[in-house]
Amino acid sequence: MNAPRSYVWRSVWRGAAGIVTAVILWETFARSGIFSRALTPELKAIAVTLYSLIADGSMVKNAAFTLWRVLLGLFVASVIGVPLGMLMARYRAWERFWLPLVSVLMPIPTLAWVPLFILWFGIGDLATTLVVTYAATFPMIYNTWTGVRSVNPIWVRAAVSMGAGQHAIFRKVVFPGSMPYIITGLRLAFGRAWIAVIGAELLASPTWGVGRVIFDAKEFLDSEVMLAALVVIGAMGLLFERVVFQKLERYTVTRWGMLAPPRV
Amino acid sequence: MDQTIQVRSITFEYESDKGRVLAVENVSFDVADGEFLCILGPSGCGKTTILNMLAGFLTPTRGEILIGGRPVAGRGQDRGVVFQDFAQLFPWRTARRNVEFGLEMRGVADAERRETALKFLRLVKLEKFAESYPHELSGGMQQRVAIARALAYNPAVLLMDEPFAALDAMTRDEMQKQLTEIWQATKKTVVYITHNVAEAVYLADQILVLAAHPGTVKARLRFDLQRPRDPLSAEFVAAQRELLGHLQH
Repeated sequence: MNAPRSYVWRSVWRGAAGIVTAVILWETFARSGIFSRALTPELKAIAVTLYSLIADGSMVKNAAFTLWRVLLGLFVASVIGVPLGMLMARYRAWERFWLPLVSVLMPIPTLAWVPLFILWFGIGDLATTLVVTYAATFPMIYNTWTGVRSVNPIWVRAAVSMGAGQHAIFRKVVFPGSMPYIITGLRLAFGRAWIAVIGAELLASPTWGVGRVIFDAKEFLDSEVMLAALVVIGAMGLLFERVVFQKLERYTVTRWGMLAPPRV
Repeated sequence: MDQTIQVRSITFEYESDKGRVLAVENVSFDVADGEFLCILGPSGCGKTTILNMLAGFLTPTRGEILIGGRPVAGRGQDRGVVFQDFAQLFPWRTARRNVEFGLEMRGVADAERRETALKFLRLVKLEKFAESYPHELSGGMQQRVAIARALAYNPAVLLMDEPFAALDAMTRDEMQKQLTEIWQATKKTVVYITHNVAEAVYLADQILVLAAHPGTVKARLRFDLQRPRDPLSAEFVAAQRELLGHLQH
């Protein structure tokens, strides 16, 4: 797991190469004069705006609100999705009852619900967080359900032969045994939650949030702020994918040999 | 603890799309306390079905199984099971915590659990790998952990379903030697399924030869060879020949 330093750097460089290329393309496009400078600001202007937004604390607060909603939604989604997915996979009756419902609700784009959620829960925090929760719940249910069905039956047999009851089988065999899928579910749920939160913030307009920043900036045709906010959204997503989820995988399923480590 | 097994004319039938299939018909045998029984037969003779009935994974259609004088009702900690598949260990638990599982189910306290697990890992010569995860161990080592795990909660009998069949020949020889030592050290009653004649002669006190379709008992043999057994000795080879004769007719 401890790759030699040169490999780590090579991977960072390779990863960075794509981003650097995109940045150069943007810069060329911005300076080409196809659009006015006001609409396609060059990199330096975005960086200056981003810096000032961070320096005055507003972007940090906005990002914190957005992230909080995502994490809260993800948490609630896991609390609902993991047990429900497990019950559906283990008990026929649960599966018959819930699966059609899940299958119907899952493909509905979360944002299609936002106007209704606003009507039901009003504009602001509650509607936004509920939208995020909704978006994140289905990947959790679906992946846990799949994960449980992928659990090697011999583990359950072995556990049963050692005297495990239903409860112990759930907690000590089925749950860890479906971890690779549950973590993938978390990843997908995070991605969906992240998309949903920005959209919900645009539409349900709570006071704070990165989506709100973009929405407000539109009113003033402030493309620099809008792009700075996009940079923040991308960076936070990358941070979670690279740091949180990869770490989580490394210390669980990769360590247990249930998932190959990511290629350097 | 009474560690005897009595199997009284068990039959196992199941429903398939081709109608009722008779997998095992009227099989009876006894295993004495501390005895090593091998069930030998070609594939399709129902030997795994018999083991699954002993383990309580399947219920005989007719007949009765007594372990320690009591009828088998479902699954229980009076039996330890070792499967053929290396994947039987829990990949998310270290070797030690795999061995602790049965004790955990019984509610044994942390420290005692740990101590017992280490004792059994020592018995299978894997105390150095106590904190390794299964995927870091070789196939033979994984099977030894599985044996330690099945013994750790002190079941009356150990049921083994071709545990070494997927190992290479050299490792298998070593494992058979170690299993004999473990069995002598723990004095457990063992039922061991195999389709390998030499393995049966090497391990068993009593050998049950089965015929296939349906599984019925064809012969019951005992070879009183001194342990550790020498597979190159004249008695060993003679025993193998006799056993092979029973299998082929």
